[in-house]
Amino acid sequence: MTSPAAKNPVHAGPAARSVRRERYARLRLAGTLVMALVALVYLMPFVLQVVTTFKTDAQAAASPLALWPNPFSLATYRQLFGGGGEGVPFPTWLGNSVLVAVVVTAGRVFFDSLAGYALARLRFRGRGLLTVLLLSVMSVPGVVLMIPKFLVVQYLGIYDTYTAMIVPLLVDAVGIFIMKQFFESVPREIEEAARVDGAGVLRTYWSVVLPMAKPALITLTILSFQGSWNEFTHFVVTTQSSEHATLTTGLAQFVSGGLGAGTQYPLKLTAALLATIPVAVVFFVFQRHFVRGGNAGALKE
Amino acid sequence: MSTTTTSGPGSTSGPGTEPESGSGSGRGAAARRGPGRAREARRAGKQGLWGWVFVSPMVLVLGLFLALPVGMALWVSLLNWDGQSNPFSGAADFVGLDNYRHLFADGGLTRTLFMTSLRNNLYYVLLVVPLQTVLALGLALAVNRRRLRGKGVFRTAFYFPSVTSSIAVSTVFLFLFQSSGAVNGLLKWVGLQGPSWFTDARGLVWVVLGWFGLVDPGSPPAALAGHGVLGLSWWEWLSGPSVAMCTIIFLVVWTTSGTFMLMFLAALQDIPEAQLESARIDGAGRWQTLRHVILPALRPVLFLVLTLGLIGTWQVFDQVYVMSQGQPANTTLTPAFLSYSLSFKDAQYGTGAAISFVLLAIILLMTGVQRLALRERDGRRRLRRGRSAR
Repeated sequence: MTSPAAKNPVHAGPAARSVRRERYARLRLAGTLVMALVALVYLMPFVLQVVTTFKTDAQAAASPLALWPNPFSLATYRQLFGGGGEGVPFPTWLGNSVLVAVVVTAGRVFFDSLAGYALARLRFRGRGLLTVLLLSVMSVPGVVLMIPKFLVVQYLGIYDTYTAMIVPLLVDAVGIFIMKQFFESVPREIEEAARVDGAGVLRTYWSVVLPMAKPALITLTILSFQGSWNEFTHFVVTTQSSEHATLTTGLAQFVSGGLGAGTQYPLKLTAALLATIPVAVVFFVFQRHFVRGGNAGALKE
Repeated sequence: MSTTTTSGPGSTSGPGTEPESGSGSGRGAAARRGPGRAREARRAGKQGLWGWVFVSPMVLVLGLFLALPVGMALWVSLLNWDGQSNPFSGAADFVGLDNYRHLFADGGLTRTLFMTSLRNNLYYVLLVVPLQTVLALGLALAVNRRRLRGKGVFRTAFYFPSVTSSIAVSTVFLFLFQSSGAVNGLLKWVGLQGPSWFTDARGLVWVVLGWFGLVDPGSPPAALAGHGVLGLSWWEWLSGPSVAMCTIIFLVVWTTSGTFMLMFLAALQDIPEAQLESARIDGAGRWQTLRHVILPALRPVLFLVLTLGLIGTWQVFDQVYVMSQGQPANTTLTPAFLSYSLSFKDAQYGTGAAISFVLLAIILLMTGVQRLALRERDGRRRLRRGRSAR
């Protein structure tokens, strides 16, 4: 911008070019630094959370911004796992969350892909209607269903049971839709070949179609795990007793003042951190898989 | 692709050994000779059976826990029901549309609460939707720059908050925004006295006007406080979100901007490089390229993000549950939380169900707008594809 030569690269001499390059490098560094600052703001809440879990109650209250716990304390972790947490049965919450997430994820992967395949490929009476119903069910927001779900669960006499916690989550409309979209993108010829060779519907599905659907199944597994691990509203309206509390409902009750006493922020943040870690691990491990799966789908078109 | 084509022949060698293929050992030949239509029909019948077997879990679960409950709740919203008796027996206290009337027409506590929750959520929507959209777009443009090193790291950093549990991050924000917490500590560094976030019910509009000495948030003028509509005074209607609500707004913008950033990023990567190149050759600067090439190309996604935002922001519940339970002075009360607390704490299930349906109507309206927008987008894409095929 300063010299006319720099504006026009064709006439730029070697000196002007090196000035340009230098400025370019400086701009690049500045841009990256600004971005790093923004990213820091995004990650700061997590950093403070992790640090605070190692602080004592007194230090967390006195210097919430201190990035170095002094004294370094593992008391909250011991309290959560050692059974010493007054009114905070953390192992129960953890066990319930694991149970629900595992069963629900397995169920969703199995049932969603079955239904998705049928809606995408099998010809049967009522398929069109079911597809329309599925789409309309997808647009009903979960929050609206809180009272209705409670009503049906109570009517069926399964309120405050594992059945009520798990069974309604075993199938989800969005997952079916993802699988349906995927199966529609797979070339039909392969299934036709298997069928001509005498394989029945079930066998074609199980040993030909499903192995091809691996990328979509991985995506569905991750989404289902994340969804059921973080699920909150469903458990709020279907359970009541503390023995059925999950990490989300237990923590929410603890934090909103139903359990324990005082602020106890290190303890609350430790429980929140432990509730976040599994999903974080899944996210960091499978993030690349996500991108790759998406790209594979795009290339196939 | 190569693996699937090799697995094809692999499975063809199988049938000879399968027990079920014994009856159809000459199936290939029979198909060529025999009446094809009967075979077709038999296969279709089999497929029909298997089709229903495959979808039966879906029909059962979604029917039992989605369709049926909506029907039951519609019925309960016409009752005065306290959750004790069987609402489907003859003893139910049928009150017709009274529950809905209490929400909109009859003056009383229920209407005041409901209107307060609508006001709170409306201001929440008005702030969250533009903020999260602009932030997501900005982040996507920044991450998409060719100059930027370590794109993956940044993308992960911005996206990570949105995969975590809403309950866990609400806990973190509760800690950060305590009156002697980290946020106020930072504000003190720059010489500002932060409010006590979670107990401050003052409306943001009055607080800001108060800075300029235009109104005193503590003592509302009689002209605004004395008159009103639908159970709330003008002073209450026009207050804007409370200071306490702002913490929830910060939290939600922070968590959702990453999700929407990914949508913008995908769309940015879909812009043909040639188009950007030709703009550059035509002498367009960075700003001009953004305005005349990039933003028009992002319009469909922009619309999608806006409508998804409109749908999502009417459902805020988890954060309210953890951070405020509707307090202070009901300024963080939302229709979703009111529906829950009226039902489960005050045993007014009929009113709670009625609020659910009003909320459903609001959200369906937003979804309708989104569907229309999507249809427009799909239509345009099909058009483009058809043109390129020609």
